Amino acid sequence: MAELMYREALNQALAEEMERDANVFLIGEEVGRYQGAFKVSQGLLDRFGSARIIDAPISELGFTGLGVGAAMVGLRPVVEMMTWNFAILAMDQIVNNAAKLRHMSGGQLRCPIVFRGPGGAGGRLSSQHSQALESTYAHFPGLKVVAPATPADAKGLLKSAIRDENPVIMIEGERLYALKGEVPEGEHIVPIGKADVKREGKDVSIITWSRMYYFCEEAAKQLEAEGISVEILDLRTLRPLDEEAILATVRKTNRAVVVEEGWPLAGVGAQVVDIIQSKGFDDLDAPVVRVTGLDVNMSYAANLENAIQPDAPKIVAAVKKVLYREGA
Amino acid sequence: MASKYSKDLLLTMYRKMYLMRRFEERAGQQYGLGKIAGFCHLYIGQEAVAAGVEEAIRPDDYMLSGYRDHAQPLARGSDPGMVMAELFGRTGGYSKGKGGSMHIFDIENHFYGGYGIVGAQIGLAAGMAFASRYRNEDRITVCYFGDAAANQGIFHETLNMAVKWKLPVLYICENNRYGMGTAIARVAAVPEIHKRGQAFNMRHEAVDGMDVLKMYEAVKDAAAYIRAGNGPVLMEANTYRFRGHSMADPATYRTKQEVEDERKNDPIPRLKDYAIAQKLAKEEEFDAIEAQVKEQVDAAVKFADESPEPSLDELWKDTIVEEGEEDVRPRERVLGAKVTNWPKYPSGQELKVTWDLEPREQAEKADKAAGLKR
Repeated sequence: MAELMYREALNQALAEEMERDANVFLIGEEVGRYQGAFKVSQGLLDRFGSARIIDAPISELGFTGLGVGAAMVGLRPVVEMMTWNFAILAMDQIVNNAAKLRHMSGGQLRCPIVFRGPGGAGGRLSSQHSQALESTYAHFPGLKVVAPATPADAKGLLKSAIRDENPVIMIEGERLYALKGEVPEGEHIVPIGKADVKREGKDVSIITWSRMYYFCEEAAKQLEAEGISVEILDLRTLRPLDEEAILATVRKTNRAVVVEEGWPLAGVGAQVVDIIQSKGFDDLDAPVVRVTGLDVNMSYAANLENAIQPDAPKIVAAVKKVLYREGA
Repeated sequence: MASKYSKDLLLTMYRKMYLMRRFEERAGQQYGLGKIAGFCHLYIGQEAVAAGVEEAIRPDDYMLSGYRDHAQPLARGSDPGMVMAELFGRTGGYSKGKGGSMHIFDIENHFYGGYGIVGAQIGLAAGMAFASRYRNEDRITVCYFGDAAANQGIFHETLNMAVKWKLPVLYICENNRYGMGTAIARVAAVPEIHKRGQAFNMRHEAVDGMDVLKMYEAVKDAAAYIRAGNGPVLMEANTYRFRGHSMADPATYRTKQEVEDERKNDPIPRLKDYAIAQKLAKEEEFDAIEAQVKEQVDAAVKFADESPEPSLDELWKDTIVEEGEEDVRPRERVLGAKVTNWPKYPSGQELKVTWDLEPREQAEKADKAAGLKR
């Protein structure tokens, strides 16, 4: 199996799907001649031409609307958001149109479109460029939301997203693009809606997704050294949530910590806790603990930026709390 | 001098305008009876626009609109009973009662919806036009919007791309002079909406939207221009709604005199008078059309009234396409009629994309001149 960077895995998925289906095209800012702001679309313009790799003007609302319209008549657009922070400008087209077309037309229309791009904080970009907006999109019926942590999942989920008959939001980890991992060649599909046990353990479950997975791994290694066995469930898909996998891991370890990068109020993690307490309460030996980003805007200052985000020490502390160990 | 229009054309346009008028009057009445709820934006007064457009384009051209969207699909050939049933929120409606007044969709007749967010359809239309070019089809997309939508960001963002990429789309601004209760001149720096095309090097024109023949001529010409690959056109149809913004609006922001003056321009008697003066049709022929349309609208109301409310399990349908779920053909579902012109799209394998948004030679030449390496 080849070792690829996260961005290369995405590039491979795009190229393979465009090769397979001529209805697939990519539109976004700097995706063509610049080769992608984060180099996800490197080399695609030369391969597929300017009608299929489309350099859009800086008009998020406009080109998102164009993508949705093209999907309404059967093309399969992939709309790249340079970052999800900019996609806030395109919310009307994603939420009021893409998510609702099927319902408002009584099932006459389908909207097979992928909106993808980087999300999350890091790199000292201050408030407007450092947001984990997963829960914003997961809120809306009519959308699917995926957020892969590894290069292999990135490839497999993007291929699924492009083939899906519904609008899919794919939030990539801005800090993960250069991360390397083994990626199966060719037809590698990760189904939407299936979580993945990334680490088996028996004392406590950590439920997370995207970049936070790596902090959880770091925490798990430290805890392992102290004799605590950690299971890590990577949700991968945030809408629909894999309830069965969430309940299965809690059934196994009887304790859970939910880790997310975003803000606590109305976060996806809050929904995960609700699923556990309403459907898995009898399996719990302790209240579920959440680790989230702090409920403040992101700062530019390096120390503040670090303090706002979850990290391994915060996760270790949370695990010890659900285990009723020291420091809790 | 003999008229350059055929009797058939004039009578067809008359029938369509009369259908729109009667349908909307009955819709207003049914709203008063509590059969229709929500907002209900009537098209009364603007009929010449939709009737003129429809006869000047092809039935398979794509079309979409805003929230004032009951009448345009009727001009396309949508079933009045199914439109009325949608207004009633019943199973027999085009969207099984889930869309309502502001969201009429008749995909079989290539009517791709009414939209409740002002101006949002302007972006969608560009995407549909983009798809036509992508697939080397020569169909155009007609997008209706109101004067107020021209102040939305998406109008400006989309026109820019539509011109740059020569998208085959006809934007028709139905300027009825009021965005809800606000006269366009009060809020628009340039109230002549068509002039805004100038900012994008876009062909633009204003048409008397109370004259169906002028609409017909202008759209025929614009459609030919667009179909020939010249890019989009911005057309402003100057029209007037005789009623308020919606059924909830008593329209006290305009004078009685203004409305009375505009009613003298009513496009429906105007066409009738023209046809009779030109000796193309007799009074009795119009009487016959009017009688038929009245019956048609009565039948539509009856159909809507008898159509059941959707069952509660419909709540969980039509949000996400489940795997293997088949397309729904509403006419087949509601009326049991066989659908023959449901759109079929070429599969990706058959499709060859030959079009360049930015021709490579041109791009390379520009790069070379600037001393850049691609």
